[in-house]
Amino acid sequence: MQTESNKQTLIVATCLCLVCSVMVSTAAVVLRPAQQIQKMLDIQKNILKVAGIYDKTLKVDSQFKVVEPVLIELAGKRPRITDPSEEGINLKTYDPRKAAKKEHDSVEVNPPGSLPQIARREIYTIAYEIRKVDGNLDQVILPIYGKGLWSTLYGFIAVDADGQTIRGITFYEHGETPGLGGEVDNPVWKAVWTGKSAFAASDIAAASFDHLPTPTVKVAKGEVTANTPQAEFKVDGLSGATITSNGVTSFVRYWLGPDAFGSYLQQIRSEQAESTPTSAVAEGENNG
Amino acid sequence: MAEPTTKDVLFDPVVKSNPIALQILGICSALAVTTKLETALAMSVAVVLVTGLASASVSLIRNYIPNSIRIIVQMTIIAMLVILVDQFLKAYFYGISKQMSVFVGLIITNCIVMGRAEAFAMKNSPSMSFFDGVGNGLGYSFILIVVATFRELLGKGELLGNKILGPEGLVAEGYVSNGLMLLPPSAFFLIGLIIWAIRTFNKDQVEAA
Repeated sequence: MQTESNKQTLIVATCLCLVCSVMVSTAAVVLRPAQQIQKMLDIQKNILKVAGIYDKTLKVDSQFKVVEPVLIELAGKRPRITDPSEEGINLKTYDPRKAAKKEHDSVEVNPPGSLPQIARREIYTIAYEIRKVDGNLDQVILPIYGKGLWSTLYGFIAVDADGQTIRGITFYEHGETPGLGGEVDNPVWKAVWTGKSAFAASDIAAASFDHLPTPTVKVAKGEVTANTPQAEFKVDGLSGATITSNGVTSFVRYWLGPDAFGSYLQQIRSEQAESTPTSAVAEGENNG
Repeated sequence: MAEPTTKDVLFDPVVKSNPIALQILGICSALAVTTKLETALAMSVAVVLVTGLASASVSLIRNYIPNSIRIIVQMTIIAMLVILVDQFLKAYFYGISKQMSVFVGLIITNCIVMGRAEAFAMKNSPSMSFFDGVGNGLGYSFILIVVATFRELLGKGELLGNKILGPEGLVAEGYVSNGLMLLPPSAFFLIGLIIWAIRTFNKDQVEAA
């Protein structure tokens, strides 16, 4: 057979491309349901991890039962939506990431530029509440996302029921440089966030629904020790990943701020204030 | 040269003509996925499958491949197989696939796969090519597993994520873990030591100085 002719070359190339593309697309279509289940389990695992209650010897979905998803209207006056069906939303199928891309399910980020390189965000999102055995709120897990150097980072931040102390942070999807920006996955770095305060105490004291505090938490350059000024807001930055670090600062501030979860956190704080007299003993124990 | 037998093509690449130790191919991924034995094992299986199937498929159509586009044809077949493996891992071994991140995709650029397709599969029958691919994959896996075992054991005092030697693990027994082992340079050192060991016993591998 003449294998060197142009005709032969074109025929071989075309057939090969056809066969390969059919194989690849078949695999992608057939395996998609299984991949989506895995992805969902991975997100649930990340929520459990950021809440600090993940046990790797137990199944993820059975552990996830203690976590209660709630629909949140970002920057809404009454952020926690008790009946999602009124808004025409089914919590089980609602996908905030898709909503952010749809014209009528999203709004412009306000003020523009406060969530760098992202122009619109979803109106409603899903947060996760975890309660103590006595039924009082223990912590809330809030979805966060924003741009790093190369990619959009998607993750969760856990905030204590006091509405200001950060309990943990995690990223379940990003495309930052492994070893540099990719170190956002490093457990040692993530642990540094635990116990940091998202807001200044004076801002919290003066806060109301009309005066939502602006977060002060920051990924800073240089090691943060107890003697560093404002150490309670500062997280040691990632070496060699200044742009990723700055990105994380910006979007964490945005998501905890007035245009996003600010009003929800305010709602939590006021609920806590109301319930304090009845649970004073438990609170005392926590602080001790 | 005598006609190679199946046994030769399958087992020669493991020690005698190991793709990493003798030909120094595929080093990059060997550094990246060997901090843990688990990812090294997953990578090994993936590479064995891809080299085996890629060599077999290239060999199957070797008489029809025009010389002018043979590299691209090989590349396309390899890329397709790697995507299949990647999709499969994402569907059934999500945790591992996330840890291996880009390195599954980078099997495409692993010189071993294309090296075998070009050097062996273009001239031999599909079944022989398949075994040659699997053999070279095994050779790669052998190094990967040895390196990963040492790195995880010395770097973390664990194996496959399990505590070993005593219920609390080596670290609790007083072993101070060696952080260097978890960094890429340690894989270079280990591969260097393995090459030294192999060449001590196989003098014919030593290149003229």
